[in-house]
Amino acid sequence: MAMPFYVSPEQMMQDRAEYAKKGIAKGRSIIAMEYDQGVLLVADNPSTSLFKISEVYDCIALSGAGRYSEFENLRKAGIQHADVKGMMYSREDVTARSLANGYSQILGTIFSQEMKPYEVELLLAQVGETPEGNELYRITFDGSIIDERNFTAIGGRSEPILTFLRKETSDTCPSLKTALQLCQQAFEQSADTRSGLDGLEVALLDRTRSGRKFRRVGTPQASELLS
Amino acid sequence: MNTDSMPFPSFASDPCSSFYQFLTTQRPELLPMARWGTLPSQQGSNELSLSNRLPPWPHGTTVLAFTYQNGVLIAGDRRATEGFQIAATRMDKVFQTDAFSAMAIAGAAGPCVEMAKLFRIELEHYEKLDGKPLTCEGKANRLGDMVKANFPLVLQGLVVIPLFVGYDQKREIGRLFKYDITGGRYEDTEFHAVGSGGKDARMTLKEHFRQHLPEDQAIHLAIRALINAAEEDVGTGGPDLLRRIFPTVKLVDPDGVRDVEDTQLASVCQALISQQRKS
Repeated sequence: MAMPFYVSPEQMMQDRAEYAKKGIAKGRSIIAMEYDQGVLLVADNPSTSLFKISEVYDCIALSGAGRYSEFENLRKAGIQHADVKGMMYSREDVTARSLANGYSQILGTIFSQEMKPYEVELLLAQVGETPEGNELYRITFDGSIIDERNFTAIGGRSEPILTFLRKETSDTCPSLKTALQLCQQAFEQSADTRSGLDGLEVALLDRTRSGRKFRRVGTPQASELLS
Repeated sequence: MNTDSMPFPSFASDPCSSFYQFLTTQRPELLPMARWGTLPSQQGSNELSLSNRLPPWPHGTTVLAFTYQNGVLIAGDRRATEGFQIAATRMDKVFQTDAFSAMAIAGAAGPCVEMAKLFRIELEHYEKLDGKPLTCEGKANRLGDMVKANFPLVLQGLVVIPLFVGYDQKREIGRLFKYDITGGRYEDTEFHAVGSGGKDARMTLKEHFRQHLPEDQAIHLAIRALINAAEEDVGTGGPDLLRRIFPTVKLVDPDGVRDVEDTQLASVCQALISQQRKS
């Protein structure tokens, strides 16, 4: 009988993590940033019909970097979960925290039990009734959750973007215009070729809206905001 | 399945962006229709309808809709009845279902409200998964499907009859759909009213309806039809100036769905009632 080669668990996990990281490094980046009236999400996305930022529930948005098919699966599962929960309990009982937990469960299980880990990193944002109520979560390929404040970024170029943002942001909550400018500059800094708003997907969780807070901002509207 | 755990994604059971289909295939126990529908067969008494064995439950009564200049108007009275008793005087039977559509329901109050809630989630769910909202036609068809699924309950006396209105952004018109208990869907270009006072409301609409009524006249007509229905039908509640209870009136136009304010409704009701006063 042929004996399988012994691979130590440490080695196996490390291999998987490297594999997943390599996949995510190819993914384009996304920034989420709190502004005075909500949360701004900006994604580096050349396509105008395939979205990287999606509405999940009244106050919650999700975006993901990495393999599209896997992100799409997770997005769908999240929307189904949120809608079922909102129907069973009430609309206010759907929270980003419980969704983040769910995603962490899925990604964690897949990472340790499946042949191939998911090559995605997720960013979950919730706008609260007050700025203190905002929540930002980053969920990595192995299911760990990182709770963030003020701003965060995921995807291949998240490191240079975060370095730039840490340097440039002040302590006060920026206005929408300033936040959008910062995000745009961060993308420009980290890439060498592109400038302007072309190829950026912009969406808001706007606290001032009633009911569903999610709103997409098209390129013309975004340039209007910046002018 | 644990209710709080997230469903694993699976292509084999893809419910194609429909929340209702998702519930049917994955979580049938959560469907209101399914829950009520299993009642009599479990008790082994199929011949007896629920209505023969149980005390009466609330019924919503008159709702109406018609097209006007900018789009379509939908309105309903506020009364729910329970046999010969009044169950509620402030019930809302007209629901906004998404940015450009609304529905109103007549029939058994519980299943009605439940269906409106489910339909709203259905439209939102599709919009979130597919990235753009359903067309007006698509929404009307989905509602027809849900009414169809409710048919087993109709046999037990839990009738739900909706009216659906929406603004069709492609054709740039307001559209109005009516349904029968089997889920049959019929588009109407003028007006319709359902519920216990539906016939009386329809008579008024038939007399006074004209194409392209301006907004204020449309609101006037809606209130007049509801007042006439309330006078002829015990199940329909007229405007109550004493307690300030007014019918629900919603307008669906190119800018979306909006409620007519109580203050405006109050002055219209006042005007109509004083017209009738014998001097």
